[in-house]
Amino acid sequence: MLKSITSLLLLGLLMTSTLVKAEVIHQERSLYRNILVEDNNDLRCLKFNTRSTQTQQSCFLKSQPDHLVFNYTKLLMASLLFNTQPKRILIVGLGGGTMSNTLAQLYPQSEINNIEIDPAVIKVARDYFGFLESNKIKTYAQDGRIFIKRALLKKESYDWIILDAFNGDYIPEHLMTKEFLQEAKALLSDNGILSANTFSLSKLYAHESATYKAVFGDFYQVTNNANSNRIIVVSKNGFSNNRINNSLNKQNIDKLDKTLSYYGVDIPLLYRKMINTKNNQDWPNDTRVLTDQFSPANLLNVK
Amino acid sequence: MEKNYPNILIYLLAFTSGFSIMGIELLGGRILAPFFGSSVHIWGSIITVFMLSLSLGYLLGGKLSTRSPSLSIYGQIFFIAAIMVLPIALFGQWLMETVFLNVEDSRYGSLLASMVLFFIPTVILGMLSPYSVRLLVTNSDESGQVAGKLYFVSTLGSALGTIVTSFYLILWFDINTIIYSFSGILASLGLLAILVHKLQPSTKIENNYA
Repeated sequence: MLKSITSLLLLGLLMTSTLVKAEVIHQERSLYRNILVEDNNDLRCLKFNTRSTQTQQSCFLKSQPDHLVFNYTKLLMASLLFNTQPKRILIVGLGGGTMSNTLAQLYPQSEINNIEIDPAVIKVARDYFGFLESNKIKTYAQDGRIFIKRALLKKESYDWIILDAFNGDYIPEHLMTKEFLQEAKALLSDNGILSANTFSLSKLYAHESATYKAVFGDFYQVTNNANSNRIIVVSKNGFSNNRINNSLNKQNIDKLDKTLSYYGVDIPLLYRKMINTKNNQDWPNDTRVLTDQFSPANLLNVK
Repeated sequence: MEKNYPNILIYLLAFTSGFSIMGIELLGGRILAPFFGSSVHIWGSIITVFMLSLSLGYLLGGKLSTRSPSLSIYGQIFFIAAIMVLPIALFGQWLMETVFLNVEDSRYGSLLASMVLFFIPTVILGMLSPYSVRLLVTNSDESGQVAGKLYFVSTLGSALGTIVTSFYLILWFDINTIIYSFSGILASLGLLAILVHKLQPSTKIENNYA
């Protein structure tokens, strides 16, 4: 606990000082956005556009590249409580490739497919963030929705799908609809888990929640109110399934904690912060579900 | 010159066609996204198809206006446009799925899908511009001014169609509801034009040239 507080303080310090004397070591304008790589002593960050700290996509400490700096990457790890041994993993939205690198270390036998729409981001991840690829770790420069549709046609399946394609500034609206989630659900294996890292504000929060519930039933979530960041964890067969609940036992939590503490992830804490919407639904029941026909996510996501 | 109600009607119709063209173009991006993504090439495909169809529409509309032009034919073009817009909502899903299954590259997929969905209605909507000029111009001296006024009205319609659709309509309605509404408005105005023509059989535009 003390360790995580110290690292939090350290992180806070580093972030604050970012404002003061960060050094931009790479900058480019891609088809989709401005990409910046900033160095601040030991901390290296990938930023999209320049305005706020909210657009930081990925950060790592050069002296401890394995340590997960970002809160949400840690939050995402909570999903492993439900499926401890994912063999095939799909990551939509690469960022600096931190998630892929961490999972590759944790599960060297697993196959990881990274989908990133922006080829420039892939290049920056390779050049500045030590993003690793191999015959088991592949990257595709493609729209996530198209990749998933084509993967379904090829009868592929994944044990863990991670949706990390949203950032504070812009939401790809076709990746937040009922139809899309149904496609993603169909791509999950029997015990498959889908985790989404999202930034929902005000009205969108309710619409997004209603949409996930319409497709997957009740789900778990971990929220971080500070920057409206939340992780949604859903399962192909819902969470009423006993096998899944059984995996949430003390033994599994301890085991996972042992493996993940090295990466700066506090699994028991995450477990305590996880909320099941079954008893804690915080949006109105009659909220309109987002569909391909009705998907004004960005218009709804205003402060 | 007496107050010419058919002329006001023609401007109103031109405004509406401009409004619908851009409204539909804007929806195009959202219609295609589930199958072809939201990359920049989607807009490349859509804008290409709209520009291409409008250019052909102008050519055909101009040609058609040389053969006994009338408010009734004008109204009929609107009515046909209204019908041709419907397949976007009725068969769009099936058409895009077919294209998606047959074309792997999403650039050409989106181009083909845009072509299949938007080409015909946009050609027909494009025909209305030169046809409107023909109906409004009574002597060659004022032809430039009339054309200017008409472009002003129809392009203003386009501007409004863009902003209203992207700011409000998509926030309130399903895409298909918006398409059906455009179709309904185009059809009603087309019928109104035909009706006005029937009620004023004396309005012979082709004899007005000095």
